Parts: sequence; structure tokens; C-alpha cells
Amino acid sequence: MSTIVENPLEEQTEEGAGLGQSIRNYWERVRGGELGSLPAVAGLLVLIVVFTALEGDTFLSAFNFANLINQSAMIIVLAMGLVFVLLLGEIDLSAGFAAGTAAAVLGVTLTQRSWPWYLALAATLLTGVVIGFLIGILVSRLGIPSFVVTLAAFLALQGLMLLVIGEGGTIPIRNDSILKIMNANMSPLAGWILFAIVVGGWAVLSLMKRRSRHASGLPTENMSVFLAKLIALGVIMGAAVYILNQERSRNPAVTSIQGVPYVVPLILILVVCLTYLLSRTSFGRHVYAVGGNAEASRRAGINVANIKLICFIACSTMAAVAGILFASRDNSVSPSTGGSTTLLYAVGAAVIGGTSLFGGRGRIIDAVIGGLVVGVIANGLPLVTQESGIAFIVTGLVLLIAASVDALSRRRAQATGRA
Amino acid sequence: MSVSAESGALPTAGRAPDPVLSLRGVHKSFGAVHVLKGVDFDVFPGQVSALVGDNGAGKSTLIKGVAGIYPFDSGEFMFEGKPAHISDPKHANALGIEVVYQDLALCDNLDVVANMFLGREEVRGVGLDESTMERRASETLSGLSVRTLTSVRRTVASLSGGQRQTVAIARAVLWNSKLVILDEPTAALGVAQTEQVLALVERLAANGLGVVLISHNINDVMRVADNIACLYLGRLAAQIPASEVTNSQVVELITTGRTGDIGLQPDVADAPDTVTPRAGA
Repeated sequence: MSTIVENPLEEQTEEGAGLGQSIRNYWERVRGGELGSLPAVAGLLVLIVVFTALEGDTFLSAFNFANLINQSAMIIVLAMGLVFVLLLGEIDLSAGFAAGTAAAVLGVTLTQRSWPWYLALAATLLTGVVIGFLIGILVSRLGIPSFVVTLAAFLALQGLMLLVIGEGGTIPIRNDSILKIMNANMSPLAGWILFAIVVGGWAVLSLMKRRSRHASGLPTENMSVFLAKLIALGVIMGAAVYILNQERSRNPAVTSIQGVPYVVPLILILVVCLTYLLSRTSFGRHVYAVGGNAEASRRAGINVANIKLICFIACSTMAAVAGILFASRDNSVSPSTGGSTTLLYAVGAAVIGGTSLFGGRGRIIDAVIGGLVVGVIANGLPLVTQESGIAFIVTGLVLLIAASVDALSRRRAQATGRA
Repeated sequence: MSVSAESGALPTAGRAPDPVLSLRGVHKSFGAVHVLKGVDFDVFPGQVSALVGDNGAGKSTLIKGVAGIYPFDSGEFMFEGKPAHISDPKHANALGIEVVYQDLALCDNLDVVANMFLGREEVRGVGLDESTMERRASETLSGLSVRTLTSVRRTVASLSGGQRQTVAIARAVLWNSKLVILDEPTAALGVAQTEQVLALVERLAANGLGVVLISHNINDVMRVADNIACLYLGRLAAQIPASEVTNSQVVELITTGRTGDIGLQPDVADAPDTVTPRAGA
């Protein structure tokens, strides 16, 4: 075997290292400026502790936990789409109104035209694809900066949305299938089955990877590290399912509200699929490559323009998914759907989670963690103060802290030769 | 050092291996600017051919022609004894020609394996075949006796200049290449790292590849090259065994196009596009 991987003297490689060594390696990387989602996770814990100390009874209730998931879901899905664009070092300012426009198409087709829900959903997703295609063509083929193109789209889509929705302002959504996404829950048993699928699936995939690496004669992850990760995942997932399975109706005799909201498995599926796409396929590899060094990618034979086009399509399509969630949660579509602070919260979520605005660094899970941070602020602050001004200021400060952490870790990384 | 000492002489007809690359009377113009005026150039397997010349002599145009970026206008292009017409970089890669450019073209945010396979990833089903890629990357690096990289899963950002050059060169030899062109590989390196890279260049040749080394550093050239081709104003002044010239003669060839009876004759050097001078003495 090669001496390259097995030389343990200079720098212990993570593969094959024990639990203690793995933690030390991780800490080394953090000190070297590769923070990943650590600041976001730390921030999330701090926020939870603060809100628990201030308003523990309400904030920690099962009802509020489910509420938090519902509030964060749209931001998380939007942020997942934005990760694709941010990885290229580009930006999509129009994603919020792309969500709104797609939701408007959903409202018109479903309620006014009485299409079946699946056709209406297809039309909604197609709206996202078309918007992303137009933006992507302008950015990748004509070379117009994405900031300008999506700023124009931000304005134009806002107008398009008004035209689609038409006079009257608000389109109600009455279709049960659509409403269920954000308003219905899985049965407690289904929740535990979901838990088993996620934890078991992760374990099986990890063990398969171990075997494949072992078969190729490559060093494998230490068993203790694997078990530690498995236990951590199991405890976090188990606690979440347990809390969500509690009765959270104020009046259980009339209606029973318990179980994992349907939007949770939806987000999990998106996380798994998109993470696979970005980290395990050559398309995903090329996205990171273009974000890291577009010229090097071009010389390596990667079609940079196509990669950009697909990323913008992915972003707007994910925005359309977020639009469906908006319509489902609000039971209606209005001209303000996807407007106001939606987009900024979503960009904030991606950046807070650890996606770099400079391109080339970020993961789908960042969107989830960052979205939860934004969601916890939006959820917890109103319990503490009714002053909405405070909420804006706090969210702004958190975003600023996240961007500073990003910039500082880059400087740190450059100083230690890891940039 | 050992390589150049053992096989210092340019192979003569008879016992010579066939050249992997052989150019005869190659011309290239950009509009009215006649950059290459009938250049002959040979690269032999297992040898380092240095390509030297002052700025504007046509070194870059020559290698870009070989790499398929700017195809030659006319002239004979023989690769492994067969005529080849290379029209684009992918075609050159398919034949086994790899160029390591001065700015290396690596993605800092990706690890060593990802960079070595960039654009040509191994795929199994829909997903990347990471195990195979990691194994092949490790094998290639150990085949080049690289011991300076501790892990092929480190990001390129965390590597030193010499290590990056190593990764770029290893990427070039990963693809059963027959000809590797290195553009100023030691330009930005310190003393120790230059030594590492030059040793790597010798090992490439020892592994049987044809190596073209472009350099402005005469000491580096004399240290590793088996033969030296000097371009002067778009013409080949001479391609001669490194053992037959001294440092100062090479400098003279670069600056004036001739030294003693080697190189272009005075009337030819300054004449407009007439006859193509033959290489060597």
C-alpha cells in the first residue's frame, strides 16, 4: 500500500483514527479555520438556552416545537436551493418571489381552474424550472452578473405574481392533499418507523461505505467513531420524534394533535437526495469545482455554463417547492407570499449554516441548521417581546455574526495555509 | 541527476527509440504576426527535453499547438510515429498528451483526489466511485515516489507550492499519458521545493514518458534535461544534447540564436521567412 495515506507521523489522517484522535483532528481543523456548521450549532444551542431561561414553559412545549418546524420549513427549503447558487459564488435575489409566483400558479390552477392537485403541482414546479432557466441563461450565456439579473427578476416576478393572482388579492387553497403537507401529522407509529428508516438507513449506508473502502484496501473509519455518530444521530432524532409524538392540542378531547408533521419527512427526503447529488455525483463535484476555480474547471473540460444553468434551475425549482409549502401553511396565496423578509432570511439561513458567500464551500445540511437558527429567533423572540423591531435587529445581528465568522475563518484559514 | 548522466546523448539514428513527438517545419500565424516559422522539435520517450527561449520566441505557441489549443497552420505533426492532426485539447488528452500549466489550474476547495480526477471522475452507476479514485490517486503518487503528501484527502488549499505542483504533475500522468509538458514548474518555488519538483520531473522520464520542460532557469534545465531545444524569434536555433553545451552557450543560444557553429547562421537568423534551418550542428 501507499506510503502517502499510511504515514502517521506528520499528520494523523482521520481515517483509521480512534474516537479521541478524531475529535482532536476535528478541533485542529476548527482552529485552522474550517468551521463548517459549528458556529450555527453553537448559536442554536445558545438561543435555545436563552429562550428557555426567559420563557421556558412556552418555548419548550411540544406545541411550540411543532410550530417551530412549520415556521422554519419554507426558509429551510428556500435556503437549500440557494446553497446551489451560493456554491458557485453567485446569488439569487428573486428566489422569494419565485416561490410566490409558483404559489400563485398553484392557487390559480388548483382553485380557479379546478385542476387535479397533481397537475397543479406539476405546473407549479414547472414555473420554478422556467424561472430558473431564464435567469440561468442570462447569467451563464450572456454573462450578466447574477446580482443584476436576479434583482430584475425580483421586481418582474413581483409584478407577474400580481398579474397572475389578479383582482381580488387572495386565492384560497381548499385542496386537502396540498393542505396536509403543512397542517397534518403522521401517526406516532409512523413517526417511529421514520426514525428507524433514517437511523437504520444511515447505519447501513455507512457500513456499506466501510466495506467498499475495505475491499479497495483503503483505510476505514474507526468503529468507535462510527458508533459515536450513530448514537448521536439516534438520540437527537429519537428525542425529536418523542416530543412531536406528545399530545399538543390545547383541548385533546375535541381534537388530537400529535405526531411528526408531514413536512419533516419531505425535508428529510430533500436533504438526502440533494446531499447525494452534491457530494456523490460528478455533477455535484463540478459545482464545487466551478465555485472554487471556474478557469481550472473549464480547462478540466467541465461545461461551466451548463453547471451554472442547472444550479439556477435547481434554486428556482426549490423556491417553487417552498411556494407550495407557503400556500399549504397559509391556506391561501396572496401578493405578499414569498415577499418581505423571506428571501433575506433564506440567504441568512444558508450563510449562518456555514455556506460561504465566496463560493465553493457549503452543504445542504447547512440550510437546515441555519434555517432552524432563523426559525428559533422568529419563534422565540415574540414570546419574550412583542416588539417586532427587536426581532429584525436580532436577526440582522445574527446574520452579521455569521458573515463575520465566515470572513474571519477565511482569514484564519489563509494564515494557517488551509484557505 | 542520474538520468541525465546516463542518457545524456540525443539518440542517434539506429539505436534511438522512436520519438514520441516529432514536429517538422511547423508554422503558426496570428493574423499578420508570424510566430512559428518552420520549427522542428523532437521528444523522445524516457527523456527530458527542455524548451528554452526568450520571451516571445514562440515557446507558448509551440506547446499550445501540441496541446490542441491553437492548432498549427502547417507542418508535419507525428505522434508515436503516426501523423496526427490535433484540433482541440480533448483530442490531445485522448492521444496521451497532458500539459501542466504555470498556474496549475487546481481547485483549492477540493481535495487531492478530486483535483486529480476533475472533469474525468470515475463513476459507478450514478454516483462517484470514490474508492477507486482514491486508490488510483494513491498508486499514482506512490508510483512517482511522492512522500511529501500525508493524505490524499487533504484539500489543495492546505498544500505548499511544491505539493501543489506535485498534484498537478501527478494528475497529468494519471491518464496513461505518453507526453507531459511542464510550463515553468519551478517558477514560484523555494530551493527545497524546486529540488522536489525537479526530482519528480526526472522520475517521470525514468518511468518512460516523454517530458517537455519549459523553463527560464538555465540551472534547472542543465540539471534535468537530456536535450535542449532553443527557440529564437520563431525558429529552432538548435536541439542539442545537454551534455554537449555549457550554461553560457545555452544563454548565448537564447539571446542571439547561435553560439560558435551551433545554431542559426547569421544570414538565416535575420532573413525573412526563407529556408528552415536544420536542428543541431
